[in-house]
Amino acid sequence: MTHLGVDLCGLKLKNPTMLASGVFDETGRSMLEAAWAGAGAIVTKSVGAQPRHGHPNPCIVELQNGLLNAMGLPNPGIDVYAAEITEAKIGGVPIIGSIFGGDEREIADLASRMQATGVDAVELNLSCPHAKGYGAEIGSTPELVETVCRHAKSACNVPVFAKLTPNTSSISSLAQAAERGGADAVVAINTLKGMVISPAAKMPILGNRVGGLSGPAVRPVGVRSVYEIYEAVKIPVIGVGGIACGNDALEYIMAGARAVQIGTGVWTDGLGVFGKVCRELMQFMDENGYSDISEMVGVAHPARP
Amino acid sequence: MFTIAEHREETPSIRTIRFRETLAATPAQFVMVWVPGVDEFPMSASFAGHGFGITYQILGEGTKALASKMAGDKIGIRGPYGNGFVLRGTRLLIVGGGAGMAALGPFVEEAVAKGAAVDVVIGARTADEILFEKRSIMAGGRIHISTDDGTKGQRGLATELAASLLSKERYDCIYACGPERMIVGLLKMATESGIPIQASLERLMKCGIGICDSCALDGKHVCKDGPVFSEADLRAMQDLGKTKLDRSGRKVPI
Repeated sequence: MTHLGVDLCGLKLKNPTMLASGVFDETGRSMLEAAWAGAGAIVTKSVGAQPRHGHPNPCIVELQNGLLNAMGLPNPGIDVYAAEITEAKIGGVPIIGSIFGGDEREIADLASRMQATGVDAVELNLSCPHAKGYGAEIGSTPELVETVCRHAKSACNVPVFAKLTPNTSSISSLAQAAERGGADAVVAINTLKGMVISPAAKMPILGNRVGGLSGPAVRPVGVRSVYEIYEAVKIPVIGVGGIACGNDALEYIMAGARAVQIGTGVWTDGLGVFGKVCRELMQFMDENGYSDISEMVGVAHPARP
Repeated sequence: MFTIAEHREETPSIRTIRFRETLAATPAQFVMVWVPGVDEFPMSASFAGHGFGITYQILGEGTKALASKMAGDKIGIRGPYGNGFVLRGTRLLIVGGGAGMAALGPFVEEAVAKGAAVDVVIGARTADEILFEKRSIMAGGRIHISTDDGTKGQRGLATELAASLLSKERYDCIYACGPERMIVGLLKMATESGIPIQASLERLMKCGIGICDSCALDGKHVCKDGPVFSEADLRAMQDLGKTKLDRSGRKVPI
């Protein structure tokens, strides 16, 4: 009997697909829709201590093979957002609360407050490439990643996931730092820092000028990152970047991911993307004699001792 | 980037821009309009196909900057996005409040061209601000005007005028675009009279493509599931007429 269920740091996922942070998750009701559509878990929008408007429009550029976005971490602040999480929980799937902060103390404070909202795990956004003072700016060196993870871990009891940036020379060093800091899992990758210029307007299109690239275009970078991280750490890896079908998810799983997150795929395929990925995974497993997702994790690596 | 062919004044606060480019769009579908260096915002297509155009009210910094653009200037256009009005039946009541007529102007033309008999209620603050009256007459609609200050047509709200028409005539469907309290009022009347309604809603938009959740309304997204919603969806919306999301995602009263 083919089984799609995944145990992720004690979280029971009915399937390995998760809604990625920043997509369809400003409101509890939308997250609920994603859960009803089949997502195995939901990662919330990244929230901070205070309300934040985000960057001025344009916030998004549609490209042939992906999206460039600079939303700029808009969020109503964790106190207000707690009500959205309460609503999302009705869906009955694990909720992972994403947080961002300017330093380890702020992140520790938010981790504790996020836990209090009732989430099943906390994801640290150490990787947003376009918000000054946050995200990748405190997640680009192993030292900072380790410190932030350690503080977050000491502030809460639920599992802590560290979402890493690919905008670095060695993402596996960041993953090792997260592991040293006590993170229970790492998530790779966040978006790639990029820019699109309109020749006619003679300026970058995004209001923030710089944004993060997501979608099919970044998948090879994500798969390579997960592959490297899998060889560098023992904690679980969650793959994200350009997943919209079963084969995309399989690439990440065979590179070493225990679960996958989907963001831009919701743009191309709608919320039906979760069911589609699951059906295609199940078909592949049936055809190839796999009965459990865990049997496929990391199989693309040459025999691991 | 699209090049402005013509920029004209419709009312003291409302302008229409026609472009050199062609863009097919269903009435109530919208585009994201980028004024380089200033802002990007949604605008419904008030003219579709050849001579594609938008009609907007000057409200904030973005539309002020847009108003300063002249023929030959270029602005960014992406879209069209969202659904549009669907023609249902042959006796229609179309109600546009203020700049809401921007989305309804092309629909009046389409409906009449396809053989429908159309009553058009145009509501405005004052006589000078009535939008697309001439266009709707030219299209072959029967026009009814209401103004808040009574300077033209019936004094009062568009909903009051619509109510008196509903008490006299039988319609197959009501079409609405305008202030949300007007839409709430029309929804109530539609429900009481058992008539279907399609209303085009407005919310703050960032991505315009159904992922950022900024325009969420009870789990529906105005940019992708809308902007036009039918009676069943409208009735299920607890936020309708009450709350909207601000730029941070916080629910604020309308």
